[in-house]
Amino acid sequence: MSWRELPIGGMVVEPGNSIARRTGDWRVFRPVINQDVCTRCLICWMYCPDGVIKLVDTPYRTSKGRVWSFTLEIDYDYCKGCGICAEECPVDAISMVEEVK
Amino acid sequence: MRVVLNSNYAVAYAVRDVDVDVIAAYPITPQTGVVGKLAEMIANGELEAEMIHVESEHSALSTIIGASAAGARVFTATSSQGLEFMHEVLHIASGMRLPLVMSVATRAVSAPINIWCDYSDLMNVRDSSWITFIASTAQEVYDTIIEAYMVAEDPRILLPVIVAYDGFWMSHTYEPLHVVADKRYVRSLVPRRDRVKLDPLKPVTMGSLVGPDWYYEIKYQQVEAMREAYDIIRERDRDMGKVLGRRYEPVEAYNIDDAEIAILTYGGIYGSLLESVDRLRAEGYKIGAIRLRLWRPFPVDELYKVTMGLSTLIVVDRAISYGASIAGPVAIEVIASLHRMRVDLDIVNYVAGIGGRPVAESDFKGMLELALKLGRRARELGTLYWGVRGVNYE
Repeated sequence: MSWRELPIGGMVVEPGNSIARRTGDWRVFRPVINQDVCTRCLICWMYCPDGVIKLVDTPYRTSKGRVWSFTLEIDYDYCKGCGICAEECPVDAISMVEEVK
Repeated sequence: MRVVLNSNYAVAYAVRDVDVDVIAAYPITPQTGVVGKLAEMIANGELEAEMIHVESEHSALSTIIGASAAGARVFTATSSQGLEFMHEVLHIASGMRLPLVMSVATRAVSAPINIWCDYSDLMNVRDSSWITFIASTAQEVYDTIIEAYMVAEDPRILLPVIVAYDGFWMSHTYEPLHVVADKRYVRSLVPRRDRVKLDPLKPVTMGSLVGPDWYYEIKYQQVEAMREAYDIIRERDRDMGKVLGRRYEPVEAYNIDDAEIAILTYGGIYGSLLESVDRLRAEGYKIGAIRLRLWRPFPVDELYKVTMGLSTLIVVDRAISYGASIAGPVAIEVIASLHRMRVDLDIVNYVAGIGGRPVAESDFKGMLELALKLGRRARELGTLYWGVRGVNYE
């Protein structure tokens, strides 16, 4: 692609295209939610600075028999691994696991 | 319509006539009259525009960048420290490819503080990718502001434009000139055009982050825009003759056809140079005068045409590039330009008029005589600083 084909001044002409940049690849540690321990208090969901903790309507039955109608899931495409969710979780349901292959 | 105005007011009349939408400016001597007159015109209904009073020149330029990005026709004015204060934003304006127009009443830069005319402020923003005209009369100031909008808004260019003129010598000196009697005519010369802008219905992002992989190509677009601007400006300069009755050239020359020597300069002192050349011709010198009107893009072809028959060219600069091998900014450009065209003539560089020190006809005569006396030594000395107490070249 040559300089002629780029939009003038490098203008971004596709609104909302920042989703094409998967910022999750910056991560060193990934948060993992233990769905059994999680009380669905939503503190992690509120504190996440990137808004990558999603509230999904997937029911979950804990090992103790408690049934939740929803689950918290992390979008690993964009989670940068800042660890704020793990830090704020009042029941330590989230652990930060190193991204190693 | 014939009127008597100083160059500051000539700017205001032209800005009124092209019908700008948004003006944001901060006062500084000697440009304040431009914005003061525009404020008066808005107050009495002659001009329908939004005047935003900002707290600095940095904000002034930032404000009109925002307005221009949203599609408005804009204007600001400044000098010296004001131009320096908005320096980082100059690059943003050109990088965002916005058709801004700014007038600069040239003034020395501090320190020490000096409010009088030299071109150090203008020369300092040379690389900011703003198309730059240097006017020599109030008439030219009026005409060139109109032309500036035509050039800036040309979809093949879309670069901001500066129109510069002497602070005090021109900004505050009254001259007779013609302004267009019916401003609808001026508006027809600068029609409103569609361009990509910030619009909630069709969102775009301007001036965002670009990495090493694409920045160079985007900046190269500006290189090409400047190159195209050179051809378009030459066309426009000629068009002005047809539409306003006064035509210009990027480089103008007087008494050059059989000249062996010429003196080249820019801005208001050209008038004195013309007088000087008349007298020197009467004394038997085969001398001509050359005026640089277009500074960026640099008019390589026109300069070549007017200098190719000369044996000596004296370039009188009005700013100092400290530490350069040739300290006159225009001189060094002239040398590079002629070098490219493989023209070898004796070029002597003078720096004069610093900090508002007058440059009169007698000064031009003195510079010529000294250059002739020094002969080849003039070239070796590099830049000759004219009229400094304690500096003597003989």
